[in-house]
Amino acid sequence: MNAISSIRLFVDDQPVDVPAGASVAAAIATLGISFRRSVSGQWRAPLCGMGVCFECRVRIDGIAQQRACMCPVHDGMRVSTHE
Amino acid sequence: MNEYYDVLVVGAGPAGLAAAQAATSHGARVGLIDAQATAGGQVWRHDVRHAAPSLARRSIGGALTHSRVDWLARTQVVAVETGSLFVEDPRRGSRLDYGALVLATGARELLLPFPGWTLPGVTGAGGLQALAKQGWPLAGRRVLIAGSGPLLLAAAATAKRHGATVLGIYEQAGADAVRRFAGSLWRWPAKAIQAALLRGQLAGVPYRCGSVVRRALGDSTLRTVELEGPHGIEQVPCDQLAIGYGLLPNVELAQLLGCELRWEGAHPQVSTDIWQQTNIDTVYAAGEVCGIGGRDSARVEGAIAGHAAAGARSAAMALQPRRRHARAFAEALRTRFALDARVYALATPDTLICRCEDVALSDMDGYTDTRSAKLATRCGMGACQGRICGAALAELGRFSGGGQRPPLFPARLSTLGDTDFFPLATIEE
Amino acid sequence: MKTYDLIVVGAGIVGAACADYASAEGLRVAIVEPGPVGGGATAAAMGHLVAMDDDPAELALSRYSLELWESLSNLPQAEFSRCGTLWVASNERELASIPAKRARLAAAGVETEAIDSDTLYRLEPALAPGLAGGMRVPGEAVVYPPAVARHLVDRAVERGARMYSRRVAHIEYGGVRLDDDTRLQGPALIATGCALAQLLPTLPLRARKGHLVITDRHPGLVHHQLLELGYADSAHGDADSSVAFNVQPRPTGQILIGSSREFGSSTPEVSLPMVRRMLARSFRFLPALRQLDALRIWTGFRPVSPDGRPYLGRVPHEHQLWVAAGHEGLGITTSLGSARLVVDQLLGRATAIDASPYDPARVVA
Ligand SMILES: Cc1cc2nc3c(=O)[nH]c(=O)nc-3n(C[C@H](O)[C@H](O)[C@H](O)COP(=O)(O)OP(=O)(O)OC[C@H]3O[C@@H](n4cnc5c(N)ncnc54)[C@H](O)[C@@H]3O)c2cc1C
Ligand SMILES: Cc1cc2nc3c(=O)[nH]c(=O)nc-3n(C[C@H](O)[C@H](O)[C@H](O)COP(=O)(O)OP(=O)(O)OC[C@H]3O[C@@H](n4cnc5c(N)ncnc54)[C@H](O)[C@@H]3O)c2cc1C
Ligand code: FES
Repeated sequence: MNAISSIRLFVDDQPVDVPAGASVAAAIATLGISFRRSVSGQWRAPLCGMGVCFECRVRIDGIAQQRACMCPVHDGMRVSTHE
Repeated sequence: MNEYYDVLVVGAGPAGLAAAQAATSHGARVGLIDAQATAGGQVWRHDVRHAAPSLARRSIGGALTHSRVDWLARTQVVAVETGSLFVEDPRRGSRLDYGALVLATGARELLLPFPGWTLPGVTGAGGLQALAKQGWPLAGRRVLIAGSGPLLLAAAATAKRHGATVLGIYEQAGADAVRRFAGSLWRWPAKAIQAALLRGQLAGVPYRCGSVVRRALGDSTLRTVELEGPHGIEQVPCDQLAIGYGLLPNVELAQLLGCELRWEGAHPQVSTDIWQQTNIDTVYAAGEVCGIGGRDSARVEGAIAGHAAAGARSAAMALQPRRRHARAFAEALRTRFALDARVYALATPDTLICRCEDVALSDMDGYTDTRSAKLATRCGMGACQGRICGAALAELGRFSGGGQRPPLFPARLSTLGDTDFFPLATIEE
Repeated sequence: MKTYDLIVVGAGIVGAACADYASAEGLRVAIVEPGPVGGGATAAAMGHLVAMDDDPAELALSRYSLELWESLSNLPQAEFSRCGTLWVASNERELASIPAKRARLAAAGVETEAIDSDTLYRLEPALAPGLAGGMRVPGEAVVYPPAVARHLVDRAVERGARMYSRRVAHIEYGGVRLDDDTRLQGPALIATGCALAQLLPTLPLRARKGHLVITDRHPGLVHHQLLELGYADSAHGDADSSVAFNVQPRPTGQILIGSSREFGSSTPEVSLPMVRRMLARSFRFLPALRQLDALRIWTGFRPVSPDGRPYLGRVPHEHQLWVAAGHEGLGITTSLGSARLVVDQLLGRATAIDASPYDPARVVA
């Protein structure tokens, strides 16, 4: 393992620490929070992990419908799920 | 922002990195873009907890640190015009003009619908690998790996390295097919070593052939996987199911450019000549986008494309034998791992096919063409632009995908509305 | 050889409405459509059901049609959403035009409300500051046009109409010939939209291209179909190309952004300069759009007659030939009324509104 610096961000106002370079998707999963509901109300979470399926969309720093798996975390980032 | 590059490379996986490096070796100014935050593509995706293998480090470092290479991370293509790509990164849109373009857009996973595949906890096999490398917590989680192809081994190894308890690898292909494939690996020593290494890392992980995941069960999240193997049906409790049925080329950009495609089974790939040149003179393609061939053929094709795009055909010529050898591996892979009929019959009438718009398989009954089905059911109209359901429906033999138009990926309206893609004089206000 | 009381050629929303009404009136109907039902201009449209007041004849037809649309307001696949239309005045001059506009609409029986600028921002907080006010038309709605066309065709087929998935190759004496050489006998009603010239070259028609952009789901950002009051100038002006602010909340929560109009482009390709102009215009009114994502962009062609009115009625100098085409940017709205005007004439009945402004004879010497 490398020495890893960690980043603190907030998901639905809960603080979480993840390694630098981690994705927002990883941060949400670390808290065990669900990601989003589908158009018919089903729970959904990341499927492809690589920016293709759009199942991981959340609001990041105020901007809705962003792919959590494509977005690296930064200190103080604010994420909200369940849009 | 507008920039000109002698050679513009899309995709910073093994193919794109090799192309960038080859092109700069002839003095070309190179732009290298990737939608991901870090270079490496799928196989060398940056791992937040583990150091990269040395070949990956060398390849990535060699390309990105070169003074004539502009590395543009988190940059995705929005639209194209002759000689230019319109791209956006998280801050802005820009136009990149090129002398030659190398498409190294790689592949994604073929994800096929089955009851329960929409449950949180179900991911692709490569998908789980990608998520884990980016910090997805797996320590102590029970992971079941299934689907088809050698990628399952790599996914299992990554999951294990990240602390998961891998319950087993369930390959749909029969034991004979897998054995024949393994037996032919000696012809590709690098692959054989990789496979042996993986086996070492996977000591104690059961590998079951002829096994298909029938259903994923759970209420709001995955609890149990139902498998059908040679010895019947069993239910296995687990936290995470990683399931993929192989890879398919990301041809959408090539399609938008008007590149000629050819079909490998139900899925298109880009046609090139031995210089990796497409039917469009200025456009080259290399790696998985030209057909699934793995890392080694991606690297050699990338290098050929980079040399040829920079006008150095002799350097490209010298690599032809390596290219042929590497591509032969792809052939072996394809013939051995045909999908079992059971896999095509997994989706039931109420299984969702289009996950963006929640359209079930039976909603599409009675439509014979993509367009009518789409207009009536919204299938394929969602954010993934039909990348998931379109490929699945093509594989299931329902309809094949349609054409491509901008935006290539969902793009910020400000990129489309504010960016000076064209000289202002051409736009009346 | 098959004989019908009416052969409807083209199953866009107009042909579909004609087939539906004719079959409901007991006619034996054939529908000829080579592509997906509602797959032409109908699939490209915004689906805004709106009364435009700049031409009295068009207003009467819209008004008549809007009433007929009420019968489809509970059809689930129509995605009928009565969001109302909010016309936005950018300045005092536009605001001053509202009373006359309201009077014209009131005379036609369309209920409207004057909106001052405080109310404007209460109704639509996302609008850019500095707008003068507007006018609201609360009864207006949006629909999903291709699904409606499909429904109307299905309903006609249930009543016995016969669907031919072919193209009409040409019109022949007493009927039509399909591209597989099948001959259908009976009066034909040509509803082929922009392709009209191919079968009826004597009726002039141009195609006016439009672009639309749709976003991901952002429910609650806007509540009404929003249009700038300058829209009518753009819509009916003769400029080679124009854009106007025209934004719609889809029932899905997606936002549909228009609108552009251009003559002279006949290819369906998306023009990025045109998209840029159109979006730049919409950002002036709704700056929050900037950070949303475009999922898709598409284009469509509006069928435009020289005076902007559709051709509805008997084709001049022809006995058995009828036409319903040329609805420009209003054909979703006016489809249902158009169908009645044509079919009632064909049946020799009195029409509910004056049909003469639409008589195709007006363009034929
Ligand atoms: C999920 C997954 C996991 C895999 N894991 C392994 C493994 O562990 N071992 C192994 O040997 N092989 C693995 N493979 C196979 C892998 O595809 C090849 O080994 C190798 O990575 C192919 O190299 P490439 O350069 O052709 O494409 P890729 O490595 O796929 O690189 C393509 C790059 O292009 C970028 N891109 C694509 N389209 C655009 C666009 N429009 N704009 C901007 N950027 C774009 C992508 O983000 C990606 O980084 C995996 C494949 C997938 C899909
Ligand atoms: C961008 C855009 C936005 C719009 N927004 C709105 C709006 O918000 N509200 C509104 O009221 N209107 C709107 N419109 C206008 C509306 O879409 C059209 O007026 C209307 O769809 C015209 O319908 P149609 O049935 O005449 O034509 P189409 O829908 O084009 O149908 C014609 C049909 O005829 C078929 N056909 C052609 N040739 C033959 C042949 N030889 N034989 C058999 N069949 C044939 C075609 O395949 C086609 O299906 C918009 C239009 C555009 C382009
Ligand atoms: S997990 Fe598929 S796009 Fe993020």
